[in-house]
Order: sequence, then C-alpha cells, then structure tokens
Amino acid sequence: MKTKRNRIPTLLGYAINLALFAAFLILGDGLIQSGAISKYYSKVVMLIGINVILAVSLNVATGYLGQLPLGHAGFMAVGAYASAIFMTRTALPASPAFPIGILIGGAVAAAFGIIIGIPALRLRGDYLAIITLGFGEIIRVVLLNIDDVLGFTLTNGAAGLQNIPKATTFLNTFVCVGLTCFLIHTMMKSRHGRAILALRDNEIAADSCGINATYYKTLGFTASAFFAGVAGALYAGYIGILNPGGFGFMKSIEILVMVVLGGMGSMVGSVLSATVLTAVPELLRAFAGYRMIVYALLLIVVMIFKPSGLMGTYDFSLSRLLGKLFYGSSRKKQGKAGDAR
Amino acid sequence: MSLLETIFRQILNGLQSGSIYALVALGYSMVYGIITLLNFAHGDIIMVGAYLAWLAMARLALNPIFAVLVAVLGCTILGMAIEKVAYKPLRGSPRISLLITAIGVSYFLENAAQMIFGASSQSIPAIIKLRAITLGGVQIPGTALVTLLTAGASMAVLTILVNHTRMGRAMRAVSEDTGAAQLMGVNISTTISFTFALGSALAGIGSVLYSCAYPQANPTMGAMLGLKAFVAAVLGGIGSLPGAMVGGFAIGLAEAFVSAVGLSAWKDGVVFAILIVVLLVRPTGLLGKPMHEKV
Amino acid sequence: MNRLVPLPSRSLIPERDLDKLPILETRHLGIDFGGLNAVDDFTIAVGRTEICGLIGPNGAGKTTIFNLLTNVYRPTRGTILVDGYDTLGMSTHQVNKLGVARTFQNIRLFRDMTVEENVLVGLHNSMKYGVAESLFRFPSYWKQEKRAREKALELLSLFDMQDMASFQAGSLPYGAQRRLEMVRALATEPGILLLDEPAAGMNPSETAELMQNIKKVRDTFNIAVMLIEHDMSLVMGICEGIAVLNYGKIIAKGTPDEIKSNQAVIEAYLGRQEEGT
Repeated sequence: MKTKRNRIPTLLGYAINLALFAAFLILGDGLIQSGAISKYYSKVVMLIGINVILAVSLNVATGYLGQLPLGHAGFMAVGAYASAIFMTRTALPASPAFPIGILIGGAVAAAFGIIIGIPALRLRGDYLAIITLGFGEIIRVVLLNIDDVLGFTLTNGAAGLQNIPKATTFLNTFVCVGLTCFLIHTMMKSRHGRAILALRDNEIAADSCGINATYYKTLGFTASAFFAGVAGALYAGYIGILNPGGFGFMKSIEILVMVVLGGMGSMVGSVLSATVLTAVPELLRAFAGYRMIVYALLLIVVMIFKPSGLMGTYDFSLSRLLGKLFYGSSRKKQGKAGDAR
Repeated sequence: MSLLETIFRQILNGLQSGSIYALVALGYSMVYGIITLLNFAHGDIIMVGAYLAWLAMARLALNPIFAVLVAVLGCTILGMAIEKVAYKPLRGSPRISLLITAIGVSYFLENAAQMIFGASSQSIPAIIKLRAITLGGVQIPGTALVTLLTAGASMAVLTILVNHTRMGRAMRAVSEDTGAAQLMGVNISTTISFTFALGSALAGIGSVLYSCAYPQANPTMGAMLGLKAFVAAVLGGIGSLPGAMVGGFAIGLAEAFVSAVGLSAWKDGVVFAILIVVLLVRPTGLLGKPMHEKV
Repeated sequence: MNRLVPLPSRSLIPERDLDKLPILETRHLGIDFGGLNAVDDFTIAVGRTEICGLIGPNGAGKTTIFNLLTNVYRPTRGTILVDGYDTLGMSTHQVNKLGVARTFQNIRLFRDMTVEENVLVGLHNSMKYGVAESLFRFPSYWKQEKRAREKALELLSLFDMQDMASFQAGSLPYGAQRRLEMVRALATEPGILLLDEPAAGMNPSETAELMQNIKKVRDTFNIAVMLIEHDMSLVMGICEGIAVLNYGKIIAKGTPDEIKSNQAVIEAYLGRQEEGT
C-alpha cells in the first residue's frame, strides 16, 4: 500500500514558504530603502507585483473556472476608482488609510463581480467571453460619463481622477501579492476549489455530484474580480492619476495574454509570465518602435510551438521540491497531475 | 429642419455606418462559423485596407478605381496569408491558443503600421466624388448612396456564392461538421482559405467605404470598428450570415439614434448594453441556432 | 417540503422492500422534444434495496429517463418522487442531495484531476466547512479534509483502486474509469444509484466482475441500483425487476423470467430486426 506521501509535513511547508517570503520582502525593501535599487527599477518591480496580482486573479476565472472573461480590466478599474475616491476624500493619513482603500477596492470589484457574474455565467464559452467584454466596456463608458449624470465630480471623466495619494510601496504591493497567492491557493486546495475545478472539467458530472454550479461559478468569478480590484487599488496608489481610457478592452487582453502565455491553470505560470511580460517591455524601452512588434511575434510563435502556454498546467510547489530532496524522487511519473492541482 | 427630416437623415446615417459594420461582421461570422475562431485581427485588416487606399491615391496618385482594387485585393491576400502563417499551424490546438494568436496578429498589424506610417493619422483623398441627389425633398449624400448600393450588392453576391456554388456548399458543410465534410471529400484547407479570402475581401470593401465616410487612416482605427462589427456579428447570431447583416444594421441605427438625441458620449455603452440584453434573452443572438449539449 | 404518500405500487418492488416507501417513484412521466414524445407515461417504483433494469432498443429513451430522473431535463408532464419528495423545479445538484447519483454512458470523469480528487468531489457535500474556513485553514478544514481523504480511500478500496489514488483520472484504463465513476457517485451517499450502460465495451469476464461489484454495492450500502444495459446476461443475471422501453413507452414490466417470455418484448427486440441490437 502506497498511502504515505513523500512530502514534508504541510505546516512545515507553510512555515518555510512564509520564512522565504518574509526574507524576500525584507531584502527587497532594504535594497530599495538603501538606494541599491534605483527609483526607476523599484517602480518597475511594483508594476510587476500589480500585474502578478492581475494575472493570478484572472487565472482563477480562466484557468480554474475554465471561462474566458474579456472584461478583467473593468474590475481593475472599479477597484482603482473605488479606492482612489476613498483615498482622496478620507481624513485619515495615507498610510493607515491605504489598507482600507485596498479592501474597499477589492470589495467593490467583488460586488461588481457578483452583479455581472450572475447573468454572464448563464452563458457558455464564447458568449460568456463576449458578454464580459461588453460589461468591461460599459464600465469604461460609465466611468467616463458618470459625472454628467450625477451632476458632481466623482470620476472626473476623461480628464482623469487626480491627486490620488501615492501610497503604493514595494512592501504593501508584495504583501498583497503574497496574500493573493496564498488565499487563492488555500481556496483552490479545498472542497470549494475542487468544486470549481470539477465544473471546469465536466459541468454535468459536477452537477450530478451535488455541486451547485451557479454558486461555485459565481464564487470563482467573484474571487477573480476581488483580487483584480485589489490590483486596481494598488495601481491607483502607484500611478496617482486614473483615466478610464487605460482600462479598456486592450488592458483586459494584456492580462489574458499573461495568463495564457504562462499556462492556464498554473499559478506559477501566471506569476512568471506576468513578471517577464512586464519587465521585458520596460527594459526594452530603448527599442520603443520594435518592442511591440517583437512582443506580437513572440505571442504568435509561443502559441504555435507551445499552445498550452509555457508552463502548461504545471504548478510549482516548494513543499514538493523539498520533499523530493529529502526523500528522493521515488514517486512514479503520473502524467501531469501532481498534488498541486 | 423638420423632425421628419432629422429622423430620415439619422436613418440614413445609421444605414450607412450599419452597412459597413455588416460587411465587417460578415467576415467575423464566416470565420467563426468555419473554425470557431474569434478573429481579433479582422478589424486590423480594415486598417490595412485604408492605408492601402491612402497609399494608392495620395502617394502613387492612382485613379480612385485602382485604389479601391488595390485595397480590396491587398486585404484579400493579407487575410489568406494570416490564415496560412498564423492560424493553420494551430489547427487542432486549444481554441484559446488560436484566440491569443489572433490577438498577436492584431498587435503585429497595428504596430507594424505604426512603424511604417507613423502614429498620426493620414488623410485619404475623396474616393467618391458624387453629388448629392435629392429624393422627395431630402438630400442623400453621394457617399451614403454609394455605400448602401455597394454594401447591398456585396451582400447579394455573397449570399449567392454561399448558397448556390460548389465552394459555398463546401463552406456550409465544413461549418456544420468539419470531420464529416472531410470524409465526403471536401478539401478543408482550400475551404478555410477561401473563407478567409471572402471575409477579407468584404473587409477590404468595408475599409474603402469607411474611408469615404471618415477619410483618415491611423494604426488603431481597426480596433474599435472591429469590436463594434464583432458585436454586430454576435448580436445577429455568430455563424449566421443574415444575422451578421441584421446585427450590423441594428448597431449602425442604434448608434445614429443615440447620437441624435445628444448622448453620443454613451454610444459605445449603449451598443454593448444592447448586446448584453439580447444575449441574456436569446443566448445565441437574434438569428443564431440554439445549442444543446448531449448528455 | 412535503412528502407525498405513494400510490399503491403497481410495480415490481421485491418483497423485502414492500413495507417501505419506494426510494424512487415516477408517475406518468413524459417529455417532448419539439413535438416528439421522447418519453411518455413512464410510471415505475423502485424499492429501497432493489436492483432493477431499464432495457430497450437504441433510441427507446432510456438515457432520456436518467436525464429526467436527475433533472438534467425538465419533464413536460408527470411527477418524480425521490424518497417521497417531489423533485419538481429542483436543479440537478439538489436532486443529488436528495439521494440520486448516476454514471454516464460516455464516461464523464474530471479527467485532469487525480482519482482521489474525483472521489473527493463526490464527497463535497459530506464536508461542511465554509469558504472562510478553507481560506484561513481553520481546524475544521484540516479535520474534515482528513476524514474525507480516509473515506475516499475506503471507497476506492471497495473496487481495489486505492493504489491508483494519485493517478490522473483521464489516464486510467477504460474499465477503471467506469469503476471510478461508480465510486464517485457512491461518495455522494445516494439512496439510488443510476448506472448508464455500465458494461459497455467490457468483455465477458469483466462483465462478470461488474455484476459482482454491483451486488456488492447494493449489499454494502443498502441502496437501490437502476441500470440501463444492453448486455442481457448482466440484466437477467442481477436485476430483480425489469422495465422494457420502446419508443419512449413502457411495453413490459416484470421479473426477468416474465420479461424473457413476454411477447411484446420479443417483438420489440426480434420482430423488427433492423432496429434491434
């Protein structure tokens, strides 16, 4: 009987992950504070963090839930504006207010996720893609024009919402990155996550196993929207000025590209590809004219030669790696399904 | 201007832009019908067509008729080339990969155009120099007339082509059941190529007509136009050719009326709101066939 | 929710179940597909520990009946009572909670998940922890997950599959996939298990093993089993009651011996050979 797994105990795994992550935070913060990493590069790193949250959150809807939402930027926009409106009006100083602002951004985006998800998730496949695209564009148009209806300044239309406190730092960005990855991980590795994956693999079979499809689709979609809202809030505090134009269809596509290129259903794939796809264009600024062409060709070439994305559905697990180091890799190869899924 | 005249003029505006949407939507719909791909690069083919028209007239000083030919032929060849280079290697891959490839092609076309022609707009000389005619006391601009007639003729030709020719039958067979069509001796590759050629030719015609109405070419002009045409295709029922036509005119008219009542800032929002409402009531569009999953 | 008192039974409930409420009862059940009566006047009752069979030529409407019983399709008319409760207006997952589990003719596993995870999905509703409890890893999460994993292995060992727990479900051999589908259905703790052509594609020795397994399931869990099958040796071998369907209507009900000698059944199967299988 082979019931004992060659893995280190779960809690020890959590502790090791936490310790390494804390070390990363302290090291990164120290390097930035001391000036070893220039202001420009620290900005790039923060942007990477924000894009990682966006990609990982979209991966919940795309990779885990198996849907294709094309309006993710809309949730990001809602979170960004909600948080920015709070931050520009609150009497609290910026640093204590910001965590509240982030939560407000996430919560408002999640509320939109429920409102949009319930009708949209009745549709399947491409139609769901199109309807979310539609909602995303409507959010953009509403943000652009809502002041005319309200009669007072809320989003400041095309001119943009300005003077948002720049409260986003390396530390709070990456604490959010860590929390996002942790919470999505714990959700997916539970009965709720399994229900979501089951719906993706075979909805009719999942129904017949007693899984409430509407509830779990909405849950996955809402979680996805929540973290997009968090990323939006961080983005608002990062950039300082918000304009609806930045949250259009193309932004949604940009996030989707990160997820697909990383491999749908692979969190580590999303993290890596969000990192690379944010860093490389920034570092190639010198070749401004060519970089987007190279980016486009890269997309096409990767899809032709590696259609399932760079990481496939593989998920990295530090515990598993350590387990292998300690116990030797005696486990037989079992296709792509490891404990990580 | 009397109210009636205003209404008539808006209907005319709506029909003019609607017929352009319809032509572009047909391309989306045909390609979707045949390989279930949301071809995001389709809108950018229009952009290329507009640049070709500009190149032919402003740079090479060609006669407008030749310019039209250059644009339409150029789009057709481009469409077929994209299919061969970017989509064909992905046959049998997950559909999402195909979609991302289409997005890649779209990015590529936009940025290549920006590199070659610059980010600013190029103005296209007037292609149609026809005086307005007066019908029952109402002026109909020449471009509107030509647009409607050309679009109508193109759609008629397309309908005949799809319903009454060998190639059209092959297209319908492949879109119904690719595997069965192949077993019956239909050459899948040729059929797909032909579909892309046809769709891109319609986009080429659309690009010329669009250039008549808005005589400017810029690298991102295809994005929003493509998106609206795509919405039109879905609204009518993607995969259905009459649906694409109906959807195109519906979007054109809706936009014209929203603008006419002074809400042009909300135009895009209204278009998408109509789409959402229609999809929620009829999940496969106005003329689309309902889907059933066999258990 | 009101339990309806069953009509006097007109079916084949075995004597040992006669004094109990049938686990499943249908009354005049019917569904139309665009004018076609796919199923009409389907009335049966299934005893609590009965193994019964649903047979009939291809296209007779057997799978449609399973889809009606699990509310995948909405009936045009008629009533379904599961354990005495009317399932009208319920969704498939609610019917499962009432006690109906099924397998599918064309196997529907969660192919990208492991064997164990497939069973854990079946055990979904036996765990009660909420979303927040899983997000922040409350003790209830650990406790219930541990118990569920033990339960999953126990269920898998019923069909000697415990060693395959960490395999990817889609990579299993065909027979094991069918068994896994049964385990997954059993994990939902049903009162009745619906098996859609469980012996399809099996050779005689595999079919014999399947018969043993179905009996084992019934005896271990004390539940009813209803199966659709074309393999007559299996149907006649283990079913206590059989309903024969043709063109959406029941043409005969009875014990295996009664069915074997029934004239209408012989005609449906043999009299028009171009349709039979």
